[in-house]
This record gives sequence, C-alpha cells and structure tokens, in this order.
Amino acid sequence: MHGSGIQIWFFIGVLLLIYGVLILGYGIFELVNGCYPAGVQLTSLHTPIWWGGLLTALGALYCIKFRPGRA
Amino acid sequence: MNHLASPALLAFFSAAPIAHIGLLDMIVIAVYFGMVIWIGFYLKGRSNTSEEFFMAGREMTAWIAGLSFVSANLGSLELMGWAGSAYQYGILATHWYWIGAIPAMLFLGLVMMPFYYVSKTHSVPGYLFLRYGEHARVLAAVSFAMEMILMSGVNMFAMAVVMKIVLGWSLTFSIVVSACAVTLYVALGGLRSAIFNEVLQFVLIWGGALLVPILGLYQAGGVSGLKAQIIKNMGTDSYFHMWRDTGHFAANPMGTHWTGIVLGLGFVISFGYWTTDFLVVQRVLAAHNLRAARMAPVIGSFFKMAVPFIVILPGLLSLVLLQNSDGTRRQLVPEDTVKACVPMSSDCAASLKKTLLPIAVQQDVLNQKVTPQSELHSYNEVLPLMMVRYLGPGLLGLGITALIAGFMSGMAGNISAFSTVWTYDIYKPLINKKGSDSHYVMVGRLSILIGVAVSIGAGYLVQNAHGIMDYVQALFSFFIAPLLGAILMGMFWKRATAPAGFLGLLVGICSSVSMFVWVKLSPAALGVVALYPDATDMAANLYRAWWAFSITVIVIFLVSMVTKPKPVTELDGLCYSCTVLPKEEWVPWYKQVWVWATLAICIFAALNILFW
Repeated sequence: MHGSGIQIWFFIGVLLLIYGVLILGYGIFELVNGCYPAGVQLTSLHTPIWWGGLLTALGALYCIKFRPGRA
Repeated sequence: MNHLASPALLAFFSAAPIAHIGLLDMIVIAVYFGMVIWIGFYLKGRSNTSEEFFMAGREMTAWIAGLSFVSANLGSLELMGWAGSAYQYGILATHWYWIGAIPAMLFLGLVMMPFYYVSKTHSVPGYLFLRYGEHARVLAAVSFAMEMILMSGVNMFAMAVVMKIVLGWSLTFSIVVSACAVTLYVALGGLRSAIFNEVLQFVLIWGGALLVPILGLYQAGGVSGLKAQIIKNMGTDSYFHMWRDTGHFAANPMGTHWTGIVLGLGFVISFGYWTTDFLVVQRVLAAHNLRAARMAPVIGSFFKMAVPFIVILPGLLSLVLLQNSDGTRRQLVPEDTVKACVPMSSDCAASLKKTLLPIAVQQDVLNQKVTPQSELHSYNEVLPLMMVRYLGPGLLGLGITALIAGFMSGMAGNISAFSTVWTYDIYKPLINKKGSDSHYVMVGRLSILIGVAVSIGAGYLVQNAHGIMDYVQALFSFFIAPLLGAILMGMFWKRATAPAGFLGLLVGICSSVSMFVWVKLSPAALGVVALYPDATDMAANLYRAWWAFSITVIVIFLVSMVTKPKPVTELDGLCYSCTVLPKEEWVPWYKQVWVWATLAICIFAALNILFW
C-alpha cells in the first residue's frame, strides 16, 4: 500500500513468522521424540521442519523489511 | 471463477469427518481469525471518507491490486471444485485458468483499464451510467447486487458444509463465526480491509496448499512417473492433453468442442468476467495511478497461470495416489452417488452402477458391509483428502486455514462489491441524492451488516431448495455475456446510443434466460443451443454465453442506427476513438506494461503448446 502506516507485507510477515515457529517447533518435537502422526505419508522427509523453517525465515524477513516506522 | 465452478459443493454430504484436527491446528486457525480482526480494527481509522471506504483511497500499489485481483477469484469453492474437475477431466480443466483468464486479464490491463480509470467511475454500473444513462446503470446494478448477495450466501454455506465434512463442525457454528469475522473486518475497514485480507489469503493458500503437489510429485516419481501411472490406471493419455482431443464433443471427457472453449470460454465468459465483473475490477480501480492500474492485471496473470500447480496437479495426483486402507486404488464418485447412498436411498444401486467402483465394493456398500460414508468420497473431496494424506499437525491446520481464508475472502469480496454498488448505483441515484460524504459511508457500513444478514438467509434458502444451486451458477452466465457486449460496444463504437445500450443489455439477458429455460423444458433444444444434443451443461453454458453476447451486440448495432448518438465531446474518457489518454510517466523498459504483457502471452502460448 502507498502511504504511511503498517503495510500489508508486515501483517503477512507476522502471520508467517507465527506459523513458521509453531510448525518448526512441532517438527523438532516430532524428530526428537520420534512420534509421527498415524496415516500421514512421507513422514521420513520431516516436512514440518523444512517447511516450518522456510515460513519462519520468510516471515522474519518480511517483519524486518516492512516493520512499521522503517524509512 | 465462481460462476464457472464445476459441480457445486453444497450438495456433498457425509457423516464422518475426513480430518481430525488437534490443538496445534486449532491454534493455527485461531491465529488467522485474530489476524483478520486485528487488520479490521487497525484500518478502521483509515476508512472515514467514501473514497477511502469504497475505493481504498485509490492508493494500492500494482502488486497489491494485482494479488487482490487474482485472490478475489481464488475462493475455496474454486480450489476444491477444480481439483475435483481435474480428477474427472484431467488437464482439460486447466482451460479455465489459462485461456479462460489470461487473454482477458491482459486485455483489461492494456486496453480497457484506461477507460475505467480515466472516467473515475466508482463501479462498472457507474461506467454504464456515464456511457448509456440511468436505465442501463440501474439494470446492471440491481442484477449485480442480487448476484453478490446470493453468492455471498452460497460461499458462507459452502464453507459451513465443507467444515462439517472435513472437520465435523456444526453448520451454525461455522456460519456464525465466519459471518461475524467478515462483517467485522469489512464494515470496519471497507475495501482496504477486504483487499488486505485477500492478499493475506493468497499467501496462505500457497503456504497451505503448495506442499500437496510437491510431496505428491515426490511420491509419484516425478512428472514422468505420474504420467506413466495415469496411463496404466486409466488406459489413456487424454488426461495430459488440453487441445488434442477437442476436435469432437465425444472425444474428450468434458464433452465439449474447441470452438466452445475458444469462443464461449476464452472470449465471452472470460472477457465478461475479468473485464466487466465489478467484484474483480473494483480491486484494480483501487490502484494509486493509471500505470499501477494497468500493471495490476498483468502481474495477476502470472500468478493465475501458476494456480493449476496447486489445484489441477493434486487432482491428477489423486488419480494414482489415493488408496484404500488395503492398498488398492481409491475411486472417487460423483456428487449424486454420495447423495443417493449417504444416507442409503433406493437410488443408490442405480447410481453406483454408473461409477467406476469395483463390483465387489458396490455390493459391500449396498449390503452395508462397509459404511457408505467412509467408502464413498466425491470428486470435490480431492483436495482435503490429499491434505490429510500428507499434512500432519500444524501443517493440516495451515491447509484448513487456507480453505477458510478462501471462503472468507470470497464472501468479503462479494459483500464489499455489493456495498459499493448499493451505495453508489442504487441508494445515491434512486433514494437519496443529496447525502453528505459521511452519510454514504454510514450507508455503506449498514449495507454490509444487512447484506451479510440477507446472505445468511439466502444461503439457507439455497441449501434447502433442491436444484436452486444450479440456477445460482447459471445466474452469472445470464448477466456476464450481455454486459460484456454492452461495454465493448460502448467503449469501442462511438455511434452506440443510450437506448441501444439499455435495450441490448435487456434483450441479451432475456435471451440468455430464455435459452436456459428452453433447454430445461425441452432437452432436445441442446442440439440447437450447444450445437450437439449430448453436450454437457458446461458446454451448454459456453455456447449460451456466445449467443447472448452476439444478440446483445446485434441489438445495440441495430438500435443505434435508428437513434441519436451522444455528441463526441461527451464521450471523452468513455470511448476509444474520442479519448486522448493521459501521458504516463517515463519508466525504464523493464517496467513497461507492454513488456510484461508480452512475456505473459509468450508463457501462456508455451504452456498451451507444452500440454497440447
């Protein structure tokens, strides 16, 4: 959006960061404890870890780049 | 496009939920609701004037307007419906994303946008008023407002039904939660809030749904593995060809012909929707300058071309990857079969016979050796079934949130467009011409509250009246094709007159409705309307749109020839040959609209050749 105030990209960054941390955290918990959800395929790929990590990195990047008050 | 959505999802029903969500998934969903309400409250202070509330202050960048433009059309009915269509028809379903969208989006950006933008109209009916006068505006505005309310109700109810099937939530709970959230954020922040949430939804859809094709392709052994398994399972390679088998109606599973795809879908329906439907055009009108307004649909076209990766590909993957608990391939069935067998009715046996289910499974269902609700899943359940297959806790919540976000932004789009058209094109000219700016903002906010309330009623009505959903889908095709004819004639022929515009629109709508009723009353009429007696409903829609468009254009031409046109001086900013477009600021070549549009066309052509 044009003009001052919080940009939409910052909201997106916050949301991705929260989701990334939650999913990555669960992925690490899953890996450490070795308990995988029944019926879900390809658990050996540890999807929550790399997808959660990607969301966290993207979210953090957007939060920093589009933080309110940044010139 | 909602109006093009394949079999309506409202009908599908089963007793046992597909997915079981845990605490982490609930937190993911709750965070989304918290975020949209936060955005609504944050934007409330920036939506005080009518320009801010209805047009988002006309200060969106090309990227935001472009993403919102695509996202407004990317509802969950669309995602789930077309994934199901890909399961039935293969890659033919991709036509609705490529030829059914890309040329029209580029045409809007390159050719039509300057007229909408320069005329400073607030809406598409507003353009009709400037070009053809009050009668044409009121006809378009009233029909559009009705469509929006009905579609908002359909979206709301469809979400509730999907949540019931996927998660086991009660219908009332889903309706109350979604209606409250949408009302709150649209009534508070107006169009700006709706646009923000559409961009948010776009990111969520990719974040939640992209894993399914990635993991599916990995498991299927890549594209070559998928192809080989589909040919082995289905006995044909038609599922991978978009054009090769469209030379005859009977040669492809969709029962359509390439002329219908090119003229009906690629021209009339697609151009009608993407260039005249105010729901999507409103997003582009909110751009901060003409260059951004022209660039927005071009940016959107790249994302639109990519959507089949998360919609069509999961449908194709499910043809080889979905399995029963014993490892055999799971066959999905048509909506009607699920309805006939869950709960069991006398039509179940006949309906099962029409499916590809193995005889032994059919017998087990009929003899109640297995529960029908666990054995029978409809085509439209492809996407949730694939999500449950690959997404564990947290990721599943993200996938479900993407679906909820799709429904809510679809509803928000309907309601915000309704509010603008109601206030500017119905209330202001017909009820109160002399209100203050703040009065119209208040009317807009109030119309959102009333619109949502009426939508809930409309949703229940559609759900309880059997067969109405078919008519709701058809409703779009009644108005879109004539509207396109009227707007194109108005924009590109200075001789088109006000009475001709109104009459053309009216006769076009009436002819479209008449063809629909004719085919309903006498199925043999399909041979005339769709040129083939066994054409599918989808093919009939495409041809009906083509005829309605042609009739509108002919009527406008004939009536214009015997009525007095407007002076050329009054057509500045409204008609191509009478308008000197403002000079745009200089930008380097890589920021030129034409450069990106050319690139989009090249990719579009390459994709069609690749999947010929």
